[in-house]
Amino acid sequence: MFQSVDFPGGRVAFTSEMSFIAESSEKRVKCYRVLDDNGHPMSSRFEQVSKEVAVKMYSSMVTLQIMDTIFYEAQRQGRLSFYLTSNGEEAINIASAAALSPDDVVLPQYREPGVLIWRGFTMQEFANQCFGNKADYGKGRQMPIHYGSNKHNYFTVSSPIATQLPQAVGAAYSVKMDRRDACVVTYFGDGGSSEGDFHASLNFAAVMEAPVVFICRNNGWAISTPTSEQFRSDGIVVKGQAYGVRSIRVDGNDALAVYGAIHAAREMAIREQRPILVEALTYRVGHHSTSDDSTKYRPADEIQRWKISRNPLARFRKWIERNGWLNDEDESELRDNVRKQLLHAIQVAERTEKPPLEDLFTDVYDHLPSNLQEQEKLLRDTIEKHPQDYPAGVPV
Amino acid sequence: MANCLRRFGRLGLISKAKNGKRELYSTTSVSPASGDNTSSTKSINLFTAVNQALHIALDSDPRSYVFGEDVGFGGVFRCTTGLADRFGKQRVFNTPLCEQGIVGFAIGLAAMDNRAIAEIQFVDYIYPAFDQAGDIPIVNEAAKFRYRSGNQFNCGGLTIRAPYGAVGHGGHYHSQSPEAFFCHVPGIKVVIPRSPRQAKGLLLSCIRDPNPVVFFEPKWLYRLAVEEVPENDYMLPLSEAEVIREGSDITLVGWGAQLSIMAEACVEAEKDGISCELIDLRTLLPWDKETVEASVKKTGRLLISHEAPVTGGFGAEISASIVERCFLRLEAPVARVCGLDTPFPLVFEPFYMPTKNKILDAIKATVSY
Ligand SMILES: Cc1ncc(C[n+]2csc(CCOP(=O)(O)OP(=O)(O)O)c2C)c(N)n1
Repeated sequence: MFQSVDFPGGRVAFTSEMSFIAESSEKRVKCYRVLDDNGHPMSSRFEQVSKEVAVKMYSSMVTLQIMDTIFYEAQRQGRLSFYLTSNGEEAINIASAAALSPDDVVLPQYREPGVLIWRGFTMQEFANQCFGNKADYGKGRQMPIHYGSNKHNYFTVSSPIATQLPQAVGAAYSVKMDRRDACVVTYFGDGGSSEGDFHASLNFAAVMEAPVVFICRNNGWAISTPTSEQFRSDGIVVKGQAYGVRSIRVDGNDALAVYGAIHAAREMAIREQRPILVEALTYRVGHHSTSDDSTKYRPADEIQRWKISRNPLARFRKWIERNGWLNDEDESELRDNVRKQLLHAIQVAERTEKPPLEDLFTDVYDHLPSNLQEQEKLLRDTIEKHPQDYPAGVPV
Repeated sequence: MANCLRRFGRLGLISKAKNGKRELYSTTSVSPASGDNTSSTKSINLFTAVNQALHIALDSDPRSYVFGEDVGFGGVFRCTTGLADRFGKQRVFNTPLCEQGIVGFAIGLAAMDNRAIAEIQFVDYIYPAFDQAGDIPIVNEAAKFRYRSGNQFNCGGLTIRAPYGAVGHGGHYHSQSPEAFFCHVPGIKVVIPRSPRQAKGLLLSCIRDPNPVVFFEPKWLYRLAVEEVPENDYMLPLSEAEVIREGSDITLVGWGAQLSIMAEACVEAEKDGISCELIDLRTLLPWDKETVEASVKKTGRLLISHEAPVTGGFGAEISASIVERCFLRLEAPVARVCGLDTPFPLVFEPFYMPTKNKILDAIKATVSY
């Protein structure tokens, strides 16, 4: 008879052997993958994707890539004040979105605009935000790339890292209480996993039994900080168990693997009313943002290796091409199309006037309190007196 | 960018600096730490001045450390360039992305008789270290460490550096001026420099001060502000305001980047025959009431200007204190020209800011009250 003790949480067995739990397991947690480097399925058992969905996935990845190239260029030309690409992380962006239902509520970090592309946010809508014009839903108040769209169930991006994570748990609790056939999905980076908010959110999600899917884009870098200076665990995936959260590691550059893992995670989150943690291994191929030069802190050949031989688009393309679902002609037409759409969108966004001055004061509260009414009046007097101090683009 | 700058008149400041007119920056009290008064000077910008101070701090005290997010490769504003190479990765290092952890770690390090110089990448991200995560390391820990232990323990070796303020394109989360929050916390000091020379001397004082200090660096001036800075080790006194322009009709009080805007307003006002006295508060907590009081007793008028929202801003505290001390000498209500009571808005930044002309109008209104 083994002796054991009844302890909150279940029976705990006694042992006469003193042994510490190792800081890591002998082998690193395996990474779920569907397509090998050449785009061949490694097994026939994977979440199937129809031709229609597969082609839409590929087109969306291409769209994201072209959008990044063109906006990045626009920033370099001084037309945008800031930009940040998702280069290298197109599969996570698009395949995760494809595996969700439009009713699932998304709380992004900032490197997930592909979810919006998938949900039908137009190039014009992206451009409006980046240019901060009057058609921007955020009314020109935030820096470029801080997208948000209520109609797409996509919360507005906020720069402070990891704040979205505990909020996602709260949102998921609401979805649970409303018995909706949906979950909440939140994205974050490897860097974000160091914030207290990440740990609070996993713990809350487990205790509250919240239907939330945490998707970590482990892209190796948080600005200049490599993951070796971020944590000493085997990545993010192992943190799930400590909090009682089911988790999986997936090849983030394999669109079919991401699709399958998120599909399953979503099913479990909703059916079992529990949080799921997904760690997608990938690489930030671009600089952190237009304010960064990543060649200062990482080797160029590392970037090249990921950019060329581990490219998520190339691998997925091989698979759909082999299925006969796409040819070169389709692709060049697609690229032409997207490019034209984008250049047009930028032109229109640039020409569109800025939001009116009153938008400076609205939305601080639901109604304008007296201090802001007074400040608006004062400001208008000042503008009348010193019109040369103020940009012409903002209607007053 | 150039457009934004011209709008705010900061470009003017810099071209002035390049022309060799640096009255705004010249400092009256440089106290050499080493006793060496004959040091040569070099024309450098503000981030380089901070970098020099950190080199000196690490060099002069082997128990000093510099750390924070991306500090290892030089920091996103280049303030820590070259430090890791020179002093090694054990004294200059990247931390995980966790402000609460950075400050909590720094407090522990400082409590063991070290100088912990922690960088928060943007002051906008200091809040996890301030309140959000519940640990409240700055407000509840650093500020009360000495008091709650009856002075058995202290974390006086702690200095938290963070870039603050407008930059022309920062939007909500790369532009804030949260100094007033920290000024409400007895037990910490709050210091904000206006120029490279001030930054170096004040930062060295903060690092060596036996109390925890938050040091906010005006990020707009990192590259733009250039002046002659002594190459040696020197310190500038804390809790001593500096009169950087003498005048007789009105006293203007400010700190950090806002002073250059105020200085321009003073020059303009002079054309209309108004003589302005401009004071750099430098240390906001505990602040030098005497210098401001003496000035207001002379001029009979006071104007305070800061980028932070006017309501609950530190200007309110200055105003109340000076009214208490100078009530019968005041000839007009105290004027505040500050940021608006809104989050910091990207496209509307030029409207939000306390501009030169807003200050000038307020000077005129106050003088002719
Ligand atoms: C609370 C907070 N601290 C610091 C920053 C500055 N910052 C912006 S992005 C970033 C790195 C984030 O890395 P990661 O979470 O891995 O995401 P990635 O950029 O790699 O997608 C940092 C430190 C911030 N935005 N918020």
